[in-house]
Formats: sequence, structure tokens, C-alpha cells
Amino acid sequence: MATKTKYELKPGGATREAFGKALVELGASNPEVVVLDADLSKSTYTHDFGKKYPDRFFECGIAEANMVAIGAGLASSGKIPFVSSFSVFLLNKGFEQFRVTAALPHINLKAVGTHSGISIGEDGPSQMSIEDLGLACSLVGFAVLCPADEVSMMKLVKAAAAYNGPLFIRAGRAKASIIYGPDQEFTIGKSIELMEGTGVTLIATGLLVAESIKAAELLEAEGISARVIDMHTIKPLDRDAIARAAKETGAIVVAEEHLVDSGLGVRVAQVVAETHPAVMEFVGVQNTYAESGSPDQLLDKYGLRARNVADAAKRAIARKS
Amino acid sequence: MLKTSAPADLAAIAKQMRREVIEMITEAKSGHPGGSLSATDILVTLWFDVMRQDPANPKWKDRDRFILSKGHCCPILYAIMAELGYCPKDKLNTLRKLGSIYQGHPDVRFIPALEATTGSLGEGLSLAIGMGLAARLDGSPSRAYVMLGDGEIQEGQIWEAAMFAGKNAVDNVCAIVDHNGIQLDGFVKDILDLDPLVDKWRSFCWHTIEVNGHDILAVQDAFAEAAATKGKPSVILARTVKGKGVSFMENNPKFHGTAPTREEADKALQELA
Repeated sequence: MATKTKYELKPGGATREAFGKALVELGASNPEVVVLDADLSKSTYTHDFGKKYPDRFFECGIAEANMVAIGAGLASSGKIPFVSSFSVFLLNKGFEQFRVTAALPHINLKAVGTHSGISIGEDGPSQMSIEDLGLACSLVGFAVLCPADEVSMMKLVKAAAAYNGPLFIRAGRAKASIIYGPDQEFTIGKSIELMEGTGVTLIATGLLVAESIKAAELLEAEGISARVIDMHTIKPLDRDAIARAAKETGAIVVAEEHLVDSGLGVRVAQVVAETHPAVMEFVGVQNTYAESGSPDQLLDKYGLRARNVADAAKRAIARKS
Repeated sequence: MLKTSAPADLAAIAKQMRREVIEMITEAKSGHPGGSLSATDILVTLWFDVMRQDPANPKWKDRDRFILSKGHCCPILYAIMAELGYCPKDKLNTLRKLGSIYQGHPDVRFIPALEATTGSLGEGLSLAIGMGLAARLDGSPSRAYVMLGDGEIQEGQIWEAAMFAGKNAVDNVCAIVDHNGIQLDGFVKDILDLDPLVDKWRSFCWHTIEVNGHDILAVQDAFAEAAATKGKPSVILARTVKGKGVSFMENNPKFHGTAPTREEADKALQELA
């Protein structure tokens, strides 16, 4: 686990593209992997798998509920199905099917939702998934992942295929800065401490990981030492890392591109309350639906930037007793 | 109980299974007798005659699959599976009680030999299609059977699944609609009419087979026709009588989801003697 005080972010692709690449590699290495999509394969990047492995790709049309349950049927016959669509459709339209056909029997079904969060931009709020992590976490026995960059997405999709049980992965449309080197290892359920720090801990997931790294640098310039943790697994949560952060830094900011009502923040708060109570602040979407705009404009307007994370950190530190 | 193809033997088994259903639901004091009794002759024919299976090896890869999509009618499925040795017969009367493997709706956590957890209507056809696709990929002769309620097919997901299976010619899937004409709130034709039912399935590119669901010989022929049909999924539209076999339950919406009293059960068992 590389822990640095300075982090170099590089331009990278969208996590949805890395998902598509990982599927193609999995297709070659594991004949049991099958992929289902609901008329969005060119946007979710599953079409690359479909072109290479047409027999193992099922275009389900605009019928997400059916797709999810067909996936569950394939899984119960020993396949490793990845069902994919935009997060907003996959989880909202397929939720009941995930619950009864995958969660209840603990079926080995993999769900990948792309175009998550508000950074999809111009398509607007009906397409923006801001509650998928909450929905996925309320499926009993599901693992829930939210990789921050293309490296972590590639590796966690492969880890997902090897993992025995139902699982949801959140992917995004916007380009994401590359955080990790090619040799970084990822374990489902084990967070990664990206930067050491003693005054406050920034726990982030998805796009907000890179923002939190930048926030830590802003804070460092003001003499504040901030720890940064990439919480790529939302469930099962890395309780030890959270408890340690609460104990050692006494202040925690959780940052996510998701409704604060039901995302990573409330789950971290539960662990903090159960282990080492500490002051907390929450950066995320605040009880609102967003609007059309460019991804950058939206992240600015809805307060999901490094400066918002840094401000929250200062508020938390000020409240420390 | 051995497998058999003789209609008279299957009819005798069906009568015994109906008795089990009445006993289980009476003991549980809740449950769905009407739809269990309407499905009995079809399911006895399917399980005791038609399906490729090995109760000693319930996870045999090339077995045929059965999904009870109308999961509330699980008493008849439990009775049949217990008779075939998949699960204990002497525990059938623990149905719906705390700690029982015989849950109020089928749950694979409690009975691993079940193919699917069901109970939320509309999902079983999609599951069967997934199993059919897996068998196709594996070159397995396994077929996937799924029983749907007629009220159940008001669910939109059924028609998403029907469209998919027709388009993709998933011909190792066989759906059975237990068309008993009654759902919880009353008669299907009054609540949300399905007609023209045959035309609906045909227009989704399914091979349709209409049959009297209580004529065992005809049901056997229907399953044979479905298995012989290539290039299309098959649906057996089985005209049945809700509560079949018990005079005061027949065509009576009350017994969709109401357990008989002990007195009613005794009367029912006399009729099924």
C-alpha cells in the first residue's frame, strides 16, 4: 500500500471504458462469463465484449427487469453474468428483481451501472443516478463497489468475476483522473490509504477520490495534515480503516457523488458512532436533483470539488473538542 | 414413489397430492389452496412423468429445471418434491411455521433442491429463460419449465420476457399458464382481462398449446408437443378449475388465499378419498 504525501494525478479515461476493457479480457480468460445489456451497450462499453463473444452476449432491449432476472437464471445455472445499463435504470427498474432473484438466494450475479452520479452532464436529472449506492447497499449480501479510476475499475471488475456472490459496481461517464499505478492491488472490502495525515481524514469514493487528493494538497498549504482514503468498496465496509481514522485524526469528511441521505457517508457515520465517535462532515448531493450542464459546471454548482472537501475538513476540525 | 407414465397412476398420485395440500394448508391456518389444486394435475404429470431428474442428485447439471413462478402455490410443489424424495415428507405439516424449511413462498435457502426463490409475481419466466440460455451455451439437453398464474401474467415483466424468448427462439423453455380464471380480488376477466390470450402469446412468437389442465393424457401430449417444437419457445395454456377436486372450493375466489377450517378440511379429504 503506497502512502504518499504528494500525489500525481494523470489524465485518464472514464471508468465505464475500463469496465468494457476488463470484460473483453475476462471473456478470453473465463468461458463462463456472459454479458447482458439493455440497449445501451455502446454507452456502457459492453458492445466490445458482444463483438468478440457474440454467443455470450445477450441484448435484452429496453427491458431492465427482465434482463436482471435472466441474469439470475444464468447465474443459477453456473454462468458468471454481468448485467449492465445506466445505474439509474439498472437499479431503479431492476431493484425488485435484484432483491428476489439475486439477493434472497445469494446468486452469483454481477451488476454494473454506468453513467452514475451527476457528472453525466447534459442528459439531465432523470438520467442521473444519485441513489444507486443506497439501493445496492440495501440488497442483503450484495457487495457494492465504486472504483475511482480506470486502473481500479479494471482490477475490481476482474475481482468481481472471481468473487462468489452478488455484487454491484458503480461506473461513471466522465473522464476520471488516473490515481493508481499499474501494479496497485485491490481487494474487495479493503480500502486504500492514499495519503498519510493526522488532523483530519477524507474518505472518498469514485470521482471524489481525486478531488479529495487535491483537497488534501489545499489543506497542506494551510498547514493541515489530511489523510486520504479511497473507499472503493462501499459494502462490506472497511471498518478497521474507518475506526483507525476516527481514533487517530478525530475528524472525518466523507465525499461522494451521491445523495448524502443514503450513500457512503451515512454508512461511515454508523461505523464511527459504533467505534470511536468523531466529528464528521458530508460532501455530496444535498436532497436535490441536479440539472443539465457540462460535467464540470455541475460538479462546481453542486459542491463536489476539492475546495468543497477542503472547506468541509476545516469545518470538521473547528468542531473538534 | 416411482415415476410413471400411466395416466391412471398419475391421477392416483394427484389425488394423494391434493390431500397433502389440504392437510398442509389446514395445519398452517393460512395459504393458497385454490391455485395449488388447479395446478396439481399438470405438476404431477410434469414431475412424475416428464422431467429429466434424479432426486438422489438434485444438482445434476443436465437435469430439467422447474420454476414455480406463482410461488404462493408452493404447497403442491412441496408435496410433490417430498414425495419424490427431495425434501422430508414428515415435515410437510410444518408449512409456514417458524423454523420450517417449508416457507410461505419457495426459498432456495431452505430447500436447495428448489431452482428459484419466487413469490414476487412476474419473475419466473425470465429466470427460466436464463436457465434455458445457459443450457444452450453448454450444449445441454436440459429444459426449463416454468408455471405462471393467469393473474400473474398481468405483470409487465412477463411480456418483456415473452418478447425476449420469442425473438431469441429459446426453444428449451416451456411455460405453463395455469388458467384458472381467478385471482385474489376476484375473476381475472373482471380485474384485467387477458383475452385474447392465445393471440397474445402467438404474437410474441411463441408456439401455443391449449389443453384441459385436468386431462392427464392431454397434458402429457402437450408436454411432448412442446419438447418437439424447435425454433420457438412453447407455452401450454392450460384451462383449469381453481380449487379442483374439492366441490366447495371449485371456482370459489374465497379459496384463492384462505385456509380451510378443520371441518372444511375433513369434508375436502372425504371428497378426495
